Amino acid sequence: MPDDIAASGGLDAYLPLVMLLALSFGFAVFSVAIAPLVGPKRFNKAKSEPYECGIEPSPQPVAGGGRIPVKFYLTGMLFILFDIEMVFLYPYAVAADAVGMFGFIAVTIFIVAITIPYVYEWARGGLEWD
Amino acid sequence: MPQQFLAQGEQLQVPAIDFAAVLPILIVFGAASIGVLLEAFLPKHQRWSSQIALSLTGIVGAGIALAAYISDAPEGGITTFMAQGATTGAIAVDTPALFLWGTLLALGLASLLMIGDRSLEPGGAFISQAGLQSGGLQTREQANVTGMQTEIFPLTLFALGGMMTFVAANDLLTMFIALEVLSLPLYLMAGLARRRRLLSQEAAVKYFLLGAFASAFFLYGVALLYGYAGSVKLAEIAAATAGSSASDTLLYAGIGLVVVGLLFKGSVGPFHTWTPDVYQGAPTPVTGFMAACTKVAAFGGMLRVLTVAFEPASWEWEVPLWLIAVISMAIGAIFGLTQRDLKRMIAYSSIAHAGFLVVGAMTLTEDGLSSTLFYLLAYGFTTIAVFGVISLVRDANGEATDLSSWAGLAKRSPLVAGVFTFLLLALAGIPLTSGFIGKFAVFSAALADGNAALVVIALVASAVAAFFYLRVVVLMYFSEPAAEGPAVTVPGAFTTAAITLGTAATLVLGIVPAFALNWASAGGFVP
Repeated sequence: MPDDIAASGGLDAYLPLVMLLALSFGFAVFSVAIAPLVGPKRFNKAKSEPYECGIEPSPQPVAGGGRIPVKFYLTGMLFILFDIEMVFLYPYAVAADAVGMFGFIAVTIFIVAITIPYVYEWARGGLEWD
Repeated sequence: MPQQFLAQGEQLQVPAIDFAAVLPILIVFGAASIGVLLEAFLPKHQRWSSQIALSLTGIVGAGIALAAYISDAPEGGITTFMAQGATTGAIAVDTPALFLWGTLLALGLASLLMIGDRSLEPGGAFISQAGLQSGGLQTREQANVTGMQTEIFPLTLFALGGMMTFVAANDLLTMFIALEVLSLPLYLMAGLARRRRLLSQEAAVKYFLLGAFASAFFLYGVALLYGYAGSVKLAEIAAATAGSSASDTLLYAGIGLVVVGLLFKGSVGPFHTWTPDVYQGAPTPVTGFMAACTKVAAFGGMLRVLTVAFEPASWEWEVPLWLIAVISMAIGAIFGLTQRDLKRMIAYSSIAHAGFLVVGAMTLTEDGLSSTLFYLLAYGFTTIAVFGVISLVRDANGEATDLSSWAGLAKRSPLVAGVFTFLLLALAGIPLTSGFIGKFAVFSAALADGNAALVVIALVASAVAAFFYLRVVVLMYFSEPAAEGPAVTVPGAFTTAAITLGTAATLVLGIVPAFALNWASAGGFVP
C-alpha cells in the first residue's frame, strides 16, 4: 500500500462510498424488479408507445412540414445552462470567504458570461413557445 | 504533494495572471460577447454596420495590444494563469505564441472582410438558420432577404479567440477547452451557405460528427497521459517521460490519441476525409477562414505539444509521423489531380500542404520551429486570397466552382486570372512567392535534421501537386471561354481588401521574407 494512502487511514476512508454505491445499485435493481410483480397491468395505446419526452414519436404532423420540433431541446438546453451555473455556484458559496474578492470577480464574470446568451435567446424570441 | 484544502479562515492565494500578456485574447472574446448582445438588442437594419465595426475594431484593438506587449515582452516568454504552488501556468506567452497570435489576427481580419462582404451576393453568403431545408418555403423566402444575417460575426470571433487560446495552451485541459471553443462555431458556420443548402448541411453534419470523434480521441489521450504522468501540464508530462515507473503503454497510447485529435483538425491525411466535403460545402468565406486559421491553430498546438511535452519520447513517434507525412502528401498530390471542382482541388492541396507542415513540425530543432511558423503564415495568406478569388467567378446559381467554367477566364478578366495564377504558383512553391520560401525553409530544416528521405518524397509530392495548379493556369489562359460561361463579379471594397491583403503578403513574404523569419526564430517555447 503506498504511503500516502496509508497515512490517510488506508482504504477504510472509502467504505461509505462503496456502501452508497451498493445501496444505489440495489435500489435501482429493486425498483425495476418490483414494478412488474406488484403493479396493476392495464395497457392502453399511450402506454405502449415509446417514451419520447412529450413528442409524437413518428410520424410528425404534416402541418409542421413533417419535421421534429426542436422547441423541447431549446428549453432543455436552457435548463442545462442554469443547471451547470448552479452546480458551479455551490462550491463558490461554500468557499466564498477563502477565495475573497478574486473569487467574487471570477464568479461575477462567469454569471455574466452565462447571462449574455440567455439575454440573446430571450430578446430573439427563443422563450416563446409558438 | 500540494495541500488540497484550505484550513478554516485561510485565504486563497490569487493565481498570478499577467493581463497585459493575454489582453489580445480577452479583447477578441470581449468583442464576441458584445456582438451577441448587439444581435439581441439592435434593430435589423443597424446590425450589419455595427457588427462589422465591432469585429474589425476588436481585431485591430487586439493587434495593437499584441504589438504593445511585444515591444517590451520579457525575454524567453512567460506562463500565466499560474495556480498556487504550481511551476507553470495554463497559458504560455512566448515567441511562437505571439507569432501565431499575430498570424491568426491578420488572417482573421482578412476572413472577416470576406465574411462581411455584401456586394457579391445580395445579403451576404449566409442564411439565418443552418437547419433550413433545401428548397423549402422558408429557404426561398430567406434567399430573397437582402438584409445580412449577422450572427456569423460573433461566431467568427469566438472561433478566433479559441484558436488564439489553443496555440498558447500550456496544459492539455486548457487545450481541449480551446479546441471546443474553436470547433463548435465552425461546425455551425459550415452549414450556413445561402446557395446549395444540401451540400452545406452535409458539410456541417460531417464536420460535426467527425470533429466530435476527434475531440473524443483527444480527450481519451489526455486521460491516458494524466494516468501516466499524474498531470495534464505539458512540462510535467515531459518530466514524467524522462523518469517514470508507470507503464509506457499509457504514454504511447496517450501520445497517439492526442496527436490523432490534432492531426484531424489540421486535415492531415489519413485523417483528412472530412476536408474535401467540408471545404466544398461551406460558404466560401468560411472555407477561407477554416483553411487558413484552423490550420494555423492546429499546427501551432501540435508544435507546442510535440516540442514541450513529447520531445523526450520523440524516438517513439518519429516513425509514425514520418509515415503520416508521406501519406498526407501522397493523398493530397494524387487525389488533387482528379478533382473537377476548384474548392475540392484546393482542399486536396491543403492536405498536401498539411503533409509538408508535418515534416516541419516533427523537426524538433530551432530551424524546424521557425520554418514551420513561417510556412503557416505564408500558406494562410495565400489560401485566404485563393478562396477570395474563387468567390468572384459566378453564374446564375452562385459561385461557378467547376473547372470547366474557369476555361478562358484570362480573356474575360485578365486581372483576376493573373492574381489567381500568382496565388496558384505560390501554392505550388515557385520562387518569388512566399510558398517557395516556406517550402525551402521547412525542407532545409528537415534536411539538416537528417531526414533526407522525407525531403526527397516531399519534393516529388510538390512536383506532382504543381501539375494540378498549372493545369488550372493553362485552362484559364489557353482555352476558349464557354459561350454562356460565368461572369467575373466586380467585388466590393471588403473582398477586394481581403484578396489584396493575401496577395500582397504572398508577394512580400516571397521577396523579403527576412523580417518574418527573424521574428519566427526569435525564441523557442517557454519550458
